[in-house]
Amino acid sequence: MIYLDNSATTRPKPPAVGRAILAALEGFGNSGRGAHDEALTAARTIYDAREKLAALFGCNRPERVCFAQNSTEALNAAIAGLFAPGDHVISTDREHNSVLRPLYRLRAQGGEVDFVPADRHGQIDYADFEKLLRPNTKGVVCTHASNLTGDVTDIVRVGNFCRTHGLTFVLDASQTAGLLPIDMAAQGMDVVCFTGHKSLYGPQGTGGLCVGEGVELRPFKVGGTGVQSFSEIQPMEYPTRMEAGTLNGHGIAGLSAALDWLNETGVDSIRAHDCALARRFYESVKDLLGVTVYGDFSSEVRAPIVTLNLGERDSAMVSDELERRFYIATRPGAHCAPRLHRALGTEEQGAVRFSFGYFNTEAETDEAVAAVKTLAEEL
Amino acid sequence: MEETVCIVTFPTTAGAMAMEKCCRAEARPGRLIPVPRSVTAGCGMCWMAPKDSREALEELVVRRKIQIDGIYDMAAPR
Repeated sequence: MIYLDNSATTRPKPPAVGRAILAALEGFGNSGRGAHDEALTAARTIYDAREKLAALFGCNRPERVCFAQNSTEALNAAIAGLFAPGDHVISTDREHNSVLRPLYRLRAQGGEVDFVPADRHGQIDYADFEKLLRPNTKGVVCTHASNLTGDVTDIVRVGNFCRTHGLTFVLDASQTAGLLPIDMAAQGMDVVCFTGHKSLYGPQGTGGLCVGEGVELRPFKVGGTGVQSFSEIQPMEYPTRMEAGTLNGHGIAGLSAALDWLNETGVDSIRAHDCALARRFYESVKDLLGVTVYGDFSSEVRAPIVTLNLGERDSAMVSDELERRFYIATRPGAHCAPRLHRALGTEEQGAVRFSFGYFNTEAETDEAVAAVKTLAEEL
Repeated sequence: MEETVCIVTFPTTAGAMAMEKCCRAEARPGRLIPVPRSVTAGCGMCWMAPKDSREALEELVVRRKIQIDGIYDMAAPR
């Protein structure tokens, strides 16, 4: 099997991740519940992970790294915690449903939402952010890189726009955490939402949000925290403000080990490797008769994604054939990105996404190219 | 004579972890224990250190920006 669905979840994980999870399963008590050694071991590991994530994302304080199950939960918490009925929020057509659905819900509750449109090539015009500004605009929520095309958002530009107008900037870093440099303080983000199981190479069920200085979120969940038990309200100190119930300590132990691997390997090295494979694949398939590739490949700053279609073929059937006949795992369909599919004109056909990771090789990439060539010739 | 200690309490577990990490890094004495009910009727953990370390701990908490609830001198909890 050649696994080219790393944008869904990276596979395999570094071996140290599994070892850390197993050790945690065998050794951890419950973080923050008691002060015995087993509970402290869990709490120390979780705190170490906060420190590593704060350093990775340029978050000033480790206690402002709040854990969640994944990006979706983090984005729900950020959007519900920041915006209220009557507020206006700007987003883009490039978003995943993890951004879109919380925003649609806000709109149903009396909020106002506008989307910077994507053209038929999936590109956005940054001047549109200014055009959509209203007196009640409170924030911008947008993705760092499209999970459909791999196109990257100029977050410095969006950050400057937000600073100029006093808006809160929420970044969806699902596809870029661990892949592209993210520095909250320098780039002007107020909240960065991340998942642990994609380009951070950790386990599923881990993720969170980094909250900038001065950013006040209403708690999304309330409940047991291990502290302030007689208070009827959720403690307002971060990270406890955003963390109710037992954390996924076992998973966070794995994520912490993944962050060590990431730091040893180097974000720049990982990006160079992954993007070189994606570029190699793209250059080999882009001119094939019957192949349509989506996204802007004029830039080298991309997520390692190449999404394409073969003639008018149903993307689901192409993906199925890639697996059954060539043993290549890809992702067809809508990729939870309905607005961008509409913009690209692929709402009916969907598209086949090839996404590359650190454990893919040039030989695997070339096999995928050969498979696409064969299918294109058979059109 | 009854032994007295210095107790530092925290609003979050993360604060307690930061305290332990900083004290270990600077070779300060003390350890985390469950919060005595004579200090606060909640749960969680606190840092217990020798009484004569109070000034040094107050300085460390400010310098390392550790979130705390309070610092107390009290009889060693039993």
